[in-house]
Amino acid sequence: MSRLSVFGLLGLVIRRDLLLAMRRRADVLTTLIFFVMVVSLFPLGVGPEPDMLRKMAGGVLWVAALLASMLSLPRMFSADHIDGTLEQMMLAPQSLTMMVLGKIVAHWMLSGLPLVLIAPVLGLQFDMPADAIGVLMLALLLGTPVLSMIGAVGAALTLGLRGGGVLVSLLVLPLTIPVLIFGAGAVEAVSGGMDAASNLSLLGAFLLFALVFSPFVAAQALRISME
Amino acid sequence: MQASPKLEVIDLACERGDHRLFSGLSFTLSGGELMQVQGENGKGKTTLLRALCGFVQPVAGAVHWCGRNVEEWDEDFHAQTCYLGHLNAIKDELSALENLLLTAGLSGVQLGEKAALDALRRMGLRRKEHLPVRVLSQGQRRRVALSRLLVVDAALWILDEPLTALDVGAVDLMQELIGEHLSNGGMTIFTTHQPLHVAGIETRELLLS
Repeated sequence: MSRLSVFGLLGLVIRRDLLLAMRRRADVLTTLIFFVMVVSLFPLGVGPEPDMLRKMAGGVLWVAALLASMLSLPRMFSADHIDGTLEQMMLAPQSLTMMVLGKIVAHWMLSGLPLVLIAPVLGLQFDMPADAIGVLMLALLLGTPVLSMIGAVGAALTLGLRGGGVLVSLLVLPLTIPVLIFGAGAVEAVSGGMDAASNLSLLGAFLLFALVFSPFVAAQALRISME
Repeated sequence: MQASPKLEVIDLACERGDHRLFSGLSFTLSGGELMQVQGENGKGKTTLLRALCGFVQPVAGAVHWCGRNVEEWDEDFHAQTCYLGHLNAIKDELSALENLLLTAGLSGVQLGEKAALDALRRMGLRRKEHLPVRVLSQGQRRRVALSRLLVVDAALWILDEPLTALDVGAVDLMQELIGEHLSNGGMTIFTTHQPLHVAGIETRELLLS
């Protein structure tokens, strides 16, 4: 018997969450289908004017991604909380922060990454030019992990509360506004013939900032919620 | 495992809500000793065990492990304890084997498949190792959870109602396992409403009232 390294632990938590998700695929599909449906509703609502659709595509896709990523947040820790696994994780002689990071990464792979991959198809639906679609994917790739990280803190704070599911969205959505502004801004900049580098750099900065702080803060929030 | 592990509870007091559950609680548990926490429902048995694990912050007093406060030990203390609560901490979607490998992994123990299978078979789960836990009975799930005790090398077992849903054979097995653990220098603190007798060991009783 030997102790796991930090990365071994990270890999174990990610593998475990992905394995569990594969055993109940419906959860993963709901996020993706919700995203596709919300995005597809806009042309029906505002009319099929190609110019207008092209113009609002970036914003619509980003808002839909934001809402879709809220869907799976309440489940991030609650299943482990209910069956007692979270207790065992806290008692483990290893860093809870790293385990939380593992759960965040797994959550992103299941709820954020599918959105990034399906976004080009939806972009075509809005007649977005190819370079704008490229930037949209890049922006989502940088931005959706931030949503999972901020969301983890909210999910940890509302753990075990009645109506925690809605509460976590109310708590987290305002905090994700910067990601929305610069994510949609990047797409808009490219569509307007400008460079998206500044917007993407800021998204990258958010990502690094969240990566450093959110697992630790979420772990502390979990400890508070468990008392 | 420490040469002579010792758990000291010093003047411990715990509350739930505004209600004082117990106060001035002191005892020492050394290697090879077995302690049963007794008391009516709601007297704080589970709270005491959770306070030992660090889930519940005591209002007063401290818990020492080998002469040092457990807050200073932090993760090193957790490496030497194994807690089994009311909740089994197993996943319905996974098989018994997957569950054991994962919970052991999360506890920091890298476990071979053979060792895990041996532990499950010892717990009487032969031919159930690869079934999803959701098709197992309550007692069998409890056995899956208890099999963790066999693979984690912890000096202190903290067991909250370990015998829930277990049949007579499994209760005998638990007594045997605790006996082995104690003779290896380990210690166990547990709550139960069923009688539990370990051969050759006198059970110390702690009454919360």
